Amino acid sequence: MIPDELRNFPEASQLEEQDPSLLAGGQYDRGELTLEVSREKLAAACRWFRGRGYNLLSSITATDLHPIEPRFRVVYHLYAIAEHQPLRLAVRVGGADPRLESMIPVWPAANWYERELFDLFGIRFDGHPNLKRIVLPDDWEGHPLRKDYPTEGIR
Amino acid sequence: MASISTPPPGAKTMVLNMGPQHPSTHGVLRLVLELDGETVVRCEPHIGYLHTGIEKTAEAKGWWQAITLTDRIDYLCPLTNNLCYVLAVEKLLGLEPPPRAQWLRVLLNELTRLNSHLVWLGTHAMDLGAFTVLLYAFREREDILKMFETVSGQRMMTSYFRVGGVALEPPLDFFGRVRKFISYFPSKIDDYEALLTKNCIWIGRTKDVGYISADDGIALGLTGPCLRAVGVDWDLRKTNPYSSYDKFDFKVPVRTEGDVYARYLVRMDEMRESTKIIAQALEGMPEGPVKAEAPHIVLPERERMKTEMEALIYHFKIVTEGFRVPPGEVYQAVESPRGQTAYYVVSDGATRPFRMYVRSPSFANLQALPKMVEGRLIADVVAVVGSIDIVLGEVDR
Repeated sequence: MIPDELRNFPEASQLEEQDPSLLAGGQYDRGELTLEVSREKLAAACRWFRGRGYNLLSSITATDLHPIEPRFRVVYHLYAIAEHQPLRLAVRVGGADPRLESMIPVWPAANWYERELFDLFGIRFDGHPNLKRIVLPDDWEGHPLRKDYPTEGIR
Repeated sequence: MASISTPPPGAKTMVLNMGPQHPSTHGVLRLVLELDGETVVRCEPHIGYLHTGIEKTAEAKGWWQAITLTDRIDYLCPLTNNLCYVLAVEKLLGLEPPPRAQWLRVLLNELTRLNSHLVWLGTHAMDLGAFTVLLYAFREREDILKMFETVSGQRMMTSYFRVGGVALEPPLDFFGRVRKFISYFPSKIDDYEALLTKNCIWIGRTKDVGYISADDGIALGLTGPCLRAVGVDWDLRKTNPYSSYDKFDFKVPVRTEGDVYARYLVRMDEMRESTKIIAQALEGMPEGPVKAEAPHIVLPERERMKTEMEALIYHFKIVTEGFRVPPGEVYQAVESPRGQTAYYVVSDGATRPFRMYVRSPSFANLQALPKMVEGRLIADVVAVVGSIDIVLGEVDR
């Protein structure tokens, strides 16, 4: 279900016609459109947007809202090169073992971004062929970008 | 794909480690190559040797302090990173800098593009044996670095832009220096082209090497000159303009061959276009203030701070407490010399960023490297790594 203010945006209204359960909300703020998707419908929503011309996956990143649960807000920044149109998809995931489906089949660029999220946040991606740490050494303990990890590190 | 490990005994292939200390990897990049003779069967980049936790540090710094962190992410175009971050914070605040500040930002951003492309040219040519080009390119780069020092006090880590404008009005001789530089720089580009463009050794090392199709490139997140070299006419300065770029007249060089030679030609043409933009910026530079009128956010002029009570109080509050940014999130993208650089900045209403994420083009472009080199020779790996123009500072952050 989308808020009324988003009905003017074709991305949101067409998706709503297709399958009303795909969108869980969204907002248009400061010139940017954000669509909220639920965890279970993430793959379907991503495939739908990929089919509608959002061919470039610009980045996947996350914010830790600890101690609010679900603690992670994972955002996918997409860009439709032909229409010069950016879009943000946001999904909330949390709990003791946060997991999301890997988007590599939709955008191969997701590979290293998902590894980075696993490395720095501890979010696992099901279906990822090589989910290892990427920027930190392989034997590092902890996930530094979490809010309960101190800025100076653990000595 | 699973990672490369030692092949079993009797196997035809050998695993070779290239880096992280290697003169041709342009930084601390480790490439694990599985070789069949001299042919690369598989290539696996390992990164993280330059990870310094910039994103985590930014969460502990004030909005204006984080500007100094942004220089160090992509240290070959520090002003572009400054610009992207400052534009993102201004977008969150709903603050627009005055026209003079916007044109100054364009001028310095294009000088930074020249700076970055000169380093690319010098190091890329040197990797393939053309040492003279390095010396020529760095000679011109010295002039650009001196101009940065004139305007901001720093050759490299300039931190010159501020939220709401630029730090200070440039000194009196700055524009004269820029004018003099662009009067002779196009002939220097001709010199570099005279050494390389029709050179049979250069063509032999770079033509038909490292090809990747547009669809594969976009699927892997490739942006910038590498994508323009394979026919995709996309430059954020034209398609999603920022900081008054829509007022400038310039072409976006696009080629179709998609090999290392095409990327070289695209960047050489970009240098010429940047020179044109700088000339237009000098000609039409608007008069006026270099900082926006926003007393709670932008520091007052020092003379006003010394004579007016309100300015003194604002100065004190901003310096000790910092300014607050209304809650929200913003994804600001700019066209850096390497591709699409974007900052994802999230605010929760505090005086420091709640989250600052840097989308670096080199991180994405490096993902496309295995596709470009698999099936080719080791010597081609050197050419392709140079042509992608990676900066490890922004790959690892």
